[in-house]
Amino acid sequence: MIKKTFSIKNKLGIHARPAALLAQKASKYDSSISIVKDGQKIDCKSILGIMMMAVECGADIDIVIEGSDEKDAMVNMEKLINERFYE
Amino acid sequence: MIKGVAASSGIAIGKVFMFEEEEFIVEKRTLTDYEIKGEVMRFRKAIATVREELKKTSKSAFEKLGKKHSRLFDAYSMILDDPMLKNGVIKMVVKEKVNVEHALQFVINEISQSFMEIKDEYLRERSKDIIDIGKKILKNLTGTKINGLKDILSEVIVIAHNLSPSDTIAMRKDKVIGFAIDMGGKTSHTAILAHSLGIPAVVGLKNITRHIKPDDMVIIDGSQGIVVINPDEITIGNYEREKKKEQEVAKELGKLRDLSAVTTDGHTIELSANIEVPEEIPIVFEGGSAGIGLYRTEYLYMNRDDLPSEEEQYKQYSEVSKSILPNSVIIRTLDLGADRMSKTMEALAERNPFMGLRAVRYCLKHPEIFRSQLRAILRASVHGNMKVLFPMISGLDELKIVKQFMDDTQYQLSKEGIPFKEDIEIGVMIEVPSAALTADIMSKEVDFFSIGTNDLIQYSLAVDRVNENVADLYNPLHISVLRLIKMVIEKGHMAGKWVGMCGEMAADPAFTKILIGMGLDELSMSAISLPKIKNIIRSISFSSARELADEVMAAEDQGDILRMLRRDELSRENRKK
Repeated sequence: MIKKTFSIKNKLGIHARPAALLAQKASKYDSSISIVKDGQKIDCKSILGIMMMAVECGADIDIVIEGSDEKDAMVNMEKLINERFYE
Repeated sequence: MIKGVAASSGIAIGKVFMFEEEEFIVEKRTLTDYEIKGEVMRFRKAIATVREELKKTSKSAFEKLGKKHSRLFDAYSMILDDPMLKNGVIKMVVKEKVNVEHALQFVINEISQSFMEIKDEYLRERSKDIIDIGKKILKNLTGTKINGLKDILSEVIVIAHNLSPSDTIAMRKDKVIGFAIDMGGKTSHTAILAHSLGIPAVVGLKNITRHIKPDDMVIIDGSQGIVVINPDEITIGNYEREKKKEQEVAKELGKLRDLSAVTTDGHTIELSANIEVPEEIPIVFEGGSAGIGLYRTEYLYMNRDDLPSEEEQYKQYSEVSKSILPNSVIIRTLDLGADRMSKTMEALAERNPFMGLRAVRYCLKHPEIFRSQLRAILRASVHGNMKVLFPMISGLDELKIVKQFMDDTQYQLSKEGIPFKEDIEIGVMIEVPSAALTADIMSKEVDFFSIGTNDLIQYSLAVDRVNENVADLYNPLHISVLRLIKMVIEKGHMAGKWVGMCGEMAADPAFTKILIGMGLDELSMSAISLPKIKNIIRSISFSSARELADEVMAAEDQGDILRMLRRDELSRENRKK
């Protein structure tokens, strides 16, 4: 299992489009991927779950990945978040 | 071919869209252990079907509307396959042994509830998408149809048992090219809205929904009130030619919107619109109107079991008045009775309802109703540029009583410290011959006249305008009618008051030139007719219109009048060529 903390820099936070990108990307991996924020944990493969979390700009989230392709998954999730979802 | 009531003119040819307004009532059912597996399979199958549907919709949205719009359906696909939704439903079916419809509705409700609590407005709005997806799956599971008018993506003709005004307004004008419904008459709300939206419509078809199947092709002939189901090639060809002609004319007229209604020699005519409901205001602007020349208030009283409160009226009148600013609105007090009845009116067995207790006569018999409306109007008058028009006044005595009501209401309001416009303009509708004949006397008591031709003609010629047996005797060009109109205009002008017309005659291009020539200052009509009339005004000179009017007024023979008008029309057409 690997875990990494990120700070969300997008102006609107994780809005509809970033949520869609996150869920799409996460769904490509066999590993289980979750987002943890303020003790709340949701499935990163669920666009509904991500949107419901309503992550605001400046908020810190943990990405927790566990499974056979966890390393590769983390590299790509990290890229997506650090690139600010290409917005 | 099915005949109904012609509600809104124009031709539409296309595929049908069966609109059914219904809410899903899902029953909870407990499953036996053997059923569970099948139930889960049923759910997966429904999801797969909806996924295919969405792909198709996304593709057609992309082709027709571009990438931005197709993305919405891609987002729908993601929600459809979301583990929270899918696993949530399956888990509930398996654990609680309930039918999938119930589980789906439960999960959808829960998710959409959580969305509604989100602070971010955009995300909160997604709860609607989720409910929509839920409906799509549910529709697939139950096999029933539930189609939203807003979801329509291709050009269709809407077929429905009934359409509420809000349904009608929700229709996208570029997608819904026509509609046909079982219910309604020419004056139903829906018909009026269709007319002002310019969507061809046939109403009162009784059971068209039973004759048409989802994949049928139909022609709507809104002028004739005809619906042709699955027409042959020749019929389609004929109608298509007709439609093309209509479109060309409309395109030309659309260019006139922002131009004023001025004759070639610089005489300006005020062109305004008739409306029934506030929803029509955007169409008034589209038509290029200078304001509202007739706001019929009776629709606020019809199709309901109670009377509108003063507050409700105040709100609606203010809304109309504010939204038409800086232009003015002429609000006509209640014109119920005869062919327009409200449910709250006692059923009077009148043998001659058009000559019975209607309009202002009814109001004077029910002072509480009249007072409540006058209060609402006066209160709303501070919010814009409002004028009051009293219908069916037959002479000075009646006018004085009505004005006394106005004074009393104003006095009452000032005593209560409620603001109103003290110098609000008052007008009388001239639709009874006795009023026309005493226009000189009444002109001192009012600020303007508005001639209501529908009634003026029926009373002058003693022709019931809804009786088919005497329909051929209904003649707007009858010398007596023209003389009455001319007299009202002259007497009004002599007293320095302006004179308008708000009947159907004002909207008929055949009469425009002669009416202008007779000296009318204003013409008010359904917004859809405005460009057509404006086009005529801009193509004639006031001097030639006056000549034509003088010539016609001197005629003695009815046939001569028709010949004069036809000759004039021909010479205008020749000049155009």
